[in-house]
Amino acid sequence: MSNVPVNNGRRRFLTAATAVVGGAGVVGAAVPFIASWNPSARAKAAGAPVEVNVGKMQPGQLIRAEWRGKPVYIVRRSDKTLEELPKHDNRLRDPSSEEPQQPDYAANPYRSIKPEYLVALGVCTHLGCAPTHHNGDFGEFVEGVPNGFFCPCHGSTYDMAGRVFQNVPAPLNLMVPEHSFVNDNTILIGVGQGEA
Amino acid sequence: MKKLILAFTLSVAALLSATAFAAGPSIPLDKANNDLSDKESLKNGFKTYLNYCLGCHQLQYQRYNRTFSDLGIDEADGIANYMYTGEKAGDHITNNMSKKDAASWFGSTPPDLTLEARLRSPDWIYTYLRSFYIDESRPFGVNNTVFKDVGMPHVLQGLQGISIKDEDGKLSPAMGGSLTAEEYDVVVRDLTNFLEYVGEPNKLERKAIGYWVLVFLFFFFILTYFLKKEFWKDVH
Amino acid sequence: MLMKLFTDFMGWVDQRLPVTDAWNKHVAQYPAPKNFNIWYVFGILASVVLVNQILTGIWLTMNYEPSGAGAFASVEYIMRDVDFGWLLRYMHSTGASAFFVVIYLHMMRGLMYGSYQKPRELLWIFGMLIFLVLMAEAFMGYLLPWGNMSYWGAQVIISLFGAVPIIGDDLTLWIRGDYVISGATLNRFFALHVVALPLVIVILVFLHILALHEVGSNNPDGVNIKKPKGSVKPEDLSKFTFHKQYSGKYDIVDAVPFHPYYTVKDLMAIVGFLFLFCWVMFFAPEGGGYFMEAPNFTPANGLKTPEHIAPVWYFGPFYTILRVVPDKLLGAVAMFGAIVMLFLLPWFDRGTVKSVRFRSKWHLANLIQFAICFIILGILGTMPATPIANLIGVIASFGYFGFFIALWFYSKNENTKPVPERVSY
Repeated sequence: MSNVPVNNGRRRFLTAATAVVGGAGVVGAAVPFIASWNPSARAKAAGAPVEVNVGKMQPGQLIRAEWRGKPVYIVRRSDKTLEELPKHDNRLRDPSSEEPQQPDYAANPYRSIKPEYLVALGVCTHLGCAPTHHNGDFGEFVEGVPNGFFCPCHGSTYDMAGRVFQNVPAPLNLMVPEHSFVNDNTILIGVGQGEA
Repeated sequence: MKKLILAFTLSVAALLSATAFAAGPSIPLDKANNDLSDKESLKNGFKTYLNYCLGCHQLQYQRYNRTFSDLGIDEADGIANYMYTGEKAGDHITNNMSKKDAASWFGSTPPDLTLEARLRSPDWIYTYLRSFYIDESRPFGVNNTVFKDVGMPHVLQGLQGISIKDEDGKLSPAMGGSLTAEEYDVVVRDLTNFLEYVGEPNKLERKAIGYWVLVFLFFFFILTYFLKKEFWKDVH
Repeated sequence: MLMKLFTDFMGWVDQRLPVTDAWNKHVAQYPAPKNFNIWYVFGILASVVLVNQILTGIWLTMNYEPSGAGAFASVEYIMRDVDFGWLLRYMHSTGASAFFVVIYLHMMRGLMYGSYQKPRELLWIFGMLIFLVLMAEAFMGYLLPWGNMSYWGAQVIISLFGAVPIIGDDLTLWIRGDYVISGATLNRFFALHVVALPLVIVILVFLHILALHEVGSNNPDGVNIKKPKGSVKPEDLSKFTFHKQYSGKYDIVDAVPFHPYYTVKDLMAIVGFLFLFCWVMFFAPEGGGYFMEAPNFTPANGLKTPEHIAPVWYFGPFYTILRVVPDKLLGAVAMFGAIVMLFLLPWFDRGTVKSVRFRSKWHLANLIQFAICFIILGILGTMPATPIANLIGVIASFGYFGFFIALWFYSKNENTKPVPERVSY
């Protein structure tokens, strides 16, 4: 025998209503518990956008910045380097940047906002080592290409647009982070073009 | 049974009122009557704090950008006009005073004031900043009626001027400052308001959420009351 | 279709673990007296608070830093930088006080209706053990914010152990793990507060409920609802179905199954309680300086004692008993004695009538004076010691201990009213 002798409509309605309202209450009570797992103000402050002054950079020079604990490479590419970029497209995995390794505004042959300045995370897409910049002596890793990045861990190679060569362990081009130009000489890493 | 509960309630009420009467602060404090929702007041208080207090007293748990957004200050404006120390908007509101030097100047390190309003109450801060008087026996030549033998100078003396204490312990102005007494009270009220805000930046949010939670629980209670009544119809 | 899947699944489980049987035995077919009044909701409320403390506690440890250098700042970090961290912390701090409110009322219920009497002595002992461990849990938790009151409160309580003859000083040194209260003390208190003691409390609560269901719930009339098998006329039997564990051995009268009748009633009580709880938490989380004491908004400082050290309100009664005795060792003995008395209550009471409703006027008066003395002691505990306060404290302490002594004397041949056969409803 059931311990609920009367099971009329009113009772069913009240039970259902209580369950629904109570359920809403539980969901509401869960909000602080779930929300507290978001990055805190401290994490956000540490991961805040970073401004980099590129006004004094020489062509061919690379500077490193730190953003959200990761190295960011900023390279001022010479006109000659830019001219050479399309010449080895057939030896790259993803020459036209089809994989989402860059914001839309950098999905172009130079993978940058201004052709001159490459901004990319110095994190190899294979296992996360920091690739080294070879200016002029890159030919010993990839024949006929004078400049590029070489990852010392497992020998992955990238060109001066951060595009990965074929027949190396790294699967993807170097990541281009969200960035924008505050003025001609200042790059803001972490805030996309047109967002701020 | 009813008598027991009644006796219980009455005696508790009597006792609590007796205790309340017995307690109470030794020096009567003036009411700050500050308003946390008054953003202009908070901004003025923030300015005053930066100009007069931050040199010695840090707000080491409070961030600039949090203060900007809570006070309705645009971040670019904040960085340009409110950031006296720190490099990034996310930095804490700190100063560069060395603790050792400070201790030798003032006898002890000036305390952090982030939680001062919770430690002492806004009314205390409001009264304290208006209760300095001349006392030549003290290192800075001033003393305070709510903080006996205070170790800091009257930093706002240029604004308020300074008082003297008569034999009954009453203060009267001895020298005027750049502000009238009423103007000075407003400055101090704004500063107090700002310190209450810094003590608990989410106080207004807390209360706003609280109202909704109570409204929800009230209606839920009514629902459960009818549910209980419905089921207990079975019981005779 | 879904229903059948569920039935099949439960059938599969029940063959391996009697879940349905346990549900029926303890919830759906557990006979609860139908005449419970409002005093009977505090047990479930205590469970609600326990769950709140465990959940918010787990979440607080995710951002809390148990070290002398980092603890205070990490609490402010939780209050400011973590999304809704302030709410989690207030839920935990308000919950601590709410825990003692409901526990004290729960204990008062037991006193009023004789719920500690035979055969519920062990049930009472488990409850008292929970209370004891809860006090240790609260004391250690209060050190963790590493405010100045945390520090000095712990200093005072740990010093109590120095009253133990011969080994006292070595004992306090061992508890602190340092010559003063330090990060070492903080770390061990943290470990006990977040892991060891909650585990003990949960196990004790489990045993408390098992012991309750073994002997059955008492009620405001103190009348047994389980009558000898065959002694009740069929038309007087409760019309509900109860688990054979109970109905097989007894004739059950005046009872309702715990579910749904007390689940819906308790739900109403829980929501009502949450309303009051949230009111305090959202609009007065400091509890007027009693839930969170003002000196705790400045970091622990071993060289600067707060002007007036008061324990948190829930330790007040025992703290006053300690304070009014003008001898360190005897004071500590009196304080622990006050708790021991409660443990021994089932044996102080030599009467057989349970509920205050049917006991003598003397018992009612004794109970009222005990409650009043307990509250007075609690209030005094939060106030500075003055000669007047001390005098009142001494009188109230006599009232406290006097309750037990007097009970022992008058309960043997008490002039009680006749106890009815059946509960009043």
